[in-house]
Amino acid sequence: MSQPFRLNKEGLINRNKKISFTFNGKKLFGYEGDTIASALIANGIHLVGRSFKYHRPRGFFGAGVEEPNAKLQVEFNGHSEPNVNATEMELVEGLSATSQNCWPSVNFDIGAINNFLKMFFPAGFYYKTFMWPKSFWYKIYEPFIRKAAGLGVASIEKDKERYEHKFEYCDLLVTGSGPSGLSSAYAAAKNGAKVILAEDKPRFGGTLLTDDVSIDNLSGKDWAEKIISELKSMPNVTVKNRSQVFGYYDHNMLVMFERVSDHLEKKSKFTPRQRLWYIRAKETILSTGSIERPIVFGNNDTPGIFLSAAAKEYMKVYGVLVGKKPLIFTNNDSAYETALEFKKNNVEPIILDTREEHSSELIDEAKSKGIDIRFSHGVIVANGYKKVKSAKIGKLNKDKNSFEKIETVECDCICVSGFWTPSVHLASQSGNKLKYEEKIDAFIPDKKKQHETSVGAANGSFTLEESLKNGFENGSNLSAKITDTKTEIAIPNVNEKKYGAHDKFWCMPLPKNENPKRFVDFQNDVSVSDIEIALREGYRSIEHVKRYTTLGMATDQGRTSNLNGLQLVSNIENKIVPEVGHTTFRPPFTPITIGTIVGREVGMEYLPTRKTPMHEWHEKNNAVFVDAGAWKRPRYYKEGNETLFEASKREAKNVRENVGICDVTTLGKIDIKGPDAAEFLNRVYTNAWMKLPIGKARYGLMLREDGIVMDDGTTTRISENHYHMTTTTAQAANVLSHLEYYLQIVWPELNVNVVSTTEQWAGAAIAGPKSRDMLSKLYPDLDVSNEALPFMGYKEAEFFGVPSRIFRISFSGELAYEINVKSDHGMFMWEKMMEVGKEFGNQPYGTEALSTLRIEMGHVAGPELDGRTIPSDVSLNGLVSKKKDFIGKNSLGREAFNVESRQKIVGLIPIDRKSSIPEGSHIVQDQNAKLPNPKLGHVSSSCWSVENNNPFSLAIMKDGKNMIGKKFFAVSPLKNKSIEVEVISSHYVDPEGKRVRS
Amino acid sequence: MLYIKCPYCGLRAQKEFSYGGDATVKRPNINEEVSTEDWDNFVYMRKSPRGKHVELWQHIAGCRQWIKVQRDTATHEIFQTAKVTEEIR
Repeated sequence: MSQPFRLNKEGLINRNKKISFTFNGKKLFGYEGDTIASALIANGIHLVGRSFKYHRPRGFFGAGVEEPNAKLQVEFNGHSEPNVNATEMELVEGLSATSQNCWPSVNFDIGAINNFLKMFFPAGFYYKTFMWPKSFWYKIYEPFIRKAAGLGVASIEKDKERYEHKFEYCDLLVTGSGPSGLSSAYAAAKNGAKVILAEDKPRFGGTLLTDDVSIDNLSGKDWAEKIISELKSMPNVTVKNRSQVFGYYDHNMLVMFERVSDHLEKKSKFTPRQRLWYIRAKETILSTGSIERPIVFGNNDTPGIFLSAAAKEYMKVYGVLVGKKPLIFTNNDSAYETALEFKKNNVEPIILDTREEHSSELIDEAKSKGIDIRFSHGVIVANGYKKVKSAKIGKLNKDKNSFEKIETVECDCICVSGFWTPSVHLASQSGNKLKYEEKIDAFIPDKKKQHETSVGAANGSFTLEESLKNGFENGSNLSAKITDTKTEIAIPNVNEKKYGAHDKFWCMPLPKNENPKRFVDFQNDVSVSDIEIALREGYRSIEHVKRYTTLGMATDQGRTSNLNGLQLVSNIENKIVPEVGHTTFRPPFTPITIGTIVGREVGMEYLPTRKTPMHEWHEKNNAVFVDAGAWKRPRYYKEGNETLFEASKREAKNVRENVGICDVTTLGKIDIKGPDAAEFLNRVYTNAWMKLPIGKARYGLMLREDGIVMDDGTTTRISENHYHMTTTTAQAANVLSHLEYYLQIVWPELNVNVVSTTEQWAGAAIAGPKSRDMLSKLYPDLDVSNEALPFMGYKEAEFFGVPSRIFRISFSGELAYEINVKSDHGMFMWEKMMEVGKEFGNQPYGTEALSTLRIEMGHVAGPELDGRTIPSDVSLNGLVSKKKDFIGKNSLGREAFNVESRQKIVGLIPIDRKSSIPEGSHIVQDQNAKLPNPKLGHVSSSCWSVENNNPFSLAIMKDGKNMIGKKFFAVSPLKNKSIEVEVISSHYVDPEGKRVRS
Repeated sequence: MLYIKCPYCGLRAQKEFSYGGDATVKRPNINEEVSTEDWDNFVYMRKSPRGKHVELWQHIAGCRQWIKVQRDTATHEIFQTAKVTEEIR
């Protein structure tokens, strides 16, 4: 149970609470406040994974988001997640972590053979090798690459967790709670601004937690705690830890990923796992800090090699030693702080400093503490396979390109520091073109495109004093512009160590005849030689080098590799880094879960569900529903063991023989009012509308300006200046926008108003030869005779005491009526109809029967009005007025619309009168013709004609009007069917339309 | 996500709007003769400028008004919004 690398006292973890977990099946423990990484290191475990390409042993390198190696498959709270960053994931009781990308185990990985075959795996290997022979791709290469590539395994289980989205608005969003972030947030909060402070880590304070500094005589950590508790007490401030602002989008919209409960052992049922915040900020402070970059040397990926600041963080935050015989390899002063921290914990480090002997505050302190410092020295190559055992170190000559002396020293870890890279990702995402800052060998934000301001280390200011000053000033100024209040804040006294200049040194040379791998990008296994090959092969643009070598393309987005890669390219190309440029930073800054992106929009909540007022009745009566947009419509009402085919046939037949009722609530309904309503309709529809009498309905056809049919439906004149328009269910929203467009923009002089009343009316169609008899029972006091209520007539009457509208219109081709009542009365109407209709054999019918009825009548619907047909294509040219102008009229004169062989709607019946024709079938002359077989048309709608008891289809055919009587094949390669068909008229039943008028 | 100032409702998220194309296109007058070329230009031909562009948007999940938005097509910066009856200079 002992943890050999845990310090006795240090750290911010809770030593009173032990947490047990397993790693690769082995039971271990850590403390509350540990990450998986700190707990494993405390247990002396460094080998956690295998690298992507060569399957080399890999350990931890960082202590936070910068980690390129330690990605684990983690199971906790009942789910399994791949690619979890071990340096970020907090330890929870019962967590189980396993290594990825290794088989059969991380200790013995067969893929490591790639490491010995590495001469065969250079940059561009995949592009070069798997090109030939072509036939090998599907069966050999692709499955092999699939198995070898990728890291973890995505779970196939349904995610039971809850994820949420939140929309927030603020005056100032501060991203990062280091010294500059805290001071910005504090100053803005004091000015009364609405502030959100986001911190990625569980603990606030950033570098204040690990740097040896004091502010107003408080330690950095205590000062951070004081500020945070004050901020938390202010009502205008939201303080969030475990929250990563990962994306900067247009108009100052930032997106934040909050890990709400992953660290909790128990949580309430409704606590989400993670939350996505959409934050619209008036101003943004980017206090994202900086990330240490490595120095490149031989076998620099061996487990036990750390960034020096990470080693310090493990000691100071987690009370964990990354090794007991450390080598510190640096080109700057900051690593001396790590060395001093080791020394404080009674561990003797050796410092290898690439700079020549000189002095600075930190160097002097290290010397006075008796630390072994070797100037002009560096690590050439790390020895050890699964863990660092020793290092070959060298004394550099004056030009730093060869060695004066080489020796081997024993060590169990190497802490490397190649200076600091500002985290400019969010600034870059916001559109800020970065500029190269020679002083720090890195990019910092330049001119802003949005309301963002980078402060502190993110802006290249690496001292505490500057960061605080920067933060207070910017926080205060930016917020004062918004709140018009300025509270003076005294800038605190700071005590920090002064750093000397860093060495512009980033890659160790190699002695002659030695060629160990020197990695630039750990996560994607890109080495110095890979980049050299890419350049040798002629890749020049950094964006091309990136794609060819995959440098910086892994989930860590090259946080530790980008600048070293750029340095290498600029050295070889003899250019300076700003000329080489940098690659694009894209969101997300760190990987986020798909669950968070989806949020609550899953299952039933994926789309809103629209139900008609009669929905419950349909449910109770065994309706099988079909989605029509967001609507649920009964497709058929199942009786006994009926199939869809049997039920729809029964329902349709009953309409033809008796009477049926259908829920037509979902049809779009638009109320049109105003003195110019008739003129407006006259322009919108292709047919004439000026003379429609009050109390009459008319069928209308609407075109787009390009002449294509947009929608059809009936419109009824309710009173002098009041019309009721119906649209198809699918086009309801488009038609409303279309009408609004013309009224608001094109013809604002027309005095007309339109509003959707789809939700206000419940509708039921009564169709069939007995529908009039039924209607007379529903309206005993009303004259419903053919004379009093003729085809296309309209009446208003009370339906058993509730107001209703009666339209004599028909979609089924039978004698039919549509009754509308207010939605609240919909169920009442429906139940009354079922009751009264019994004696007439009334049955409800669904959309499938409805389709059958309209298809055999040759009535067109969505499948025919498919955005490609003009009125004459669907035999509706009779509705196109020659006398007046309307939307789309000018386009109908187009040459292509008027050729003799223009497509036209036809009917099809199978020669055998038995085989049903699949919708979407292509019509061809010769089913055995050589491909590509010329296509003469397509089948748009199919049904079983209940009237003639055989299959019938509608089709759009080239030169349709001259095809009647000819025979073709309807072929559906999808269904593997080919059916011989005969072309007939599209009006299969009652072609004269006698029934609707009867 | 864009932040669009509806002249009727104020600043609202892009989610509430739907895009409606070039606002400078003018439909030929109804009931008037129009040349084939003018008609074709109206129906089919659109400029796709890089930079400032006046477009139509409809506040579909709000007041349902069509509005004019002057936007930079490259940077998405919005310079001005107006009612459709107003001019954008």
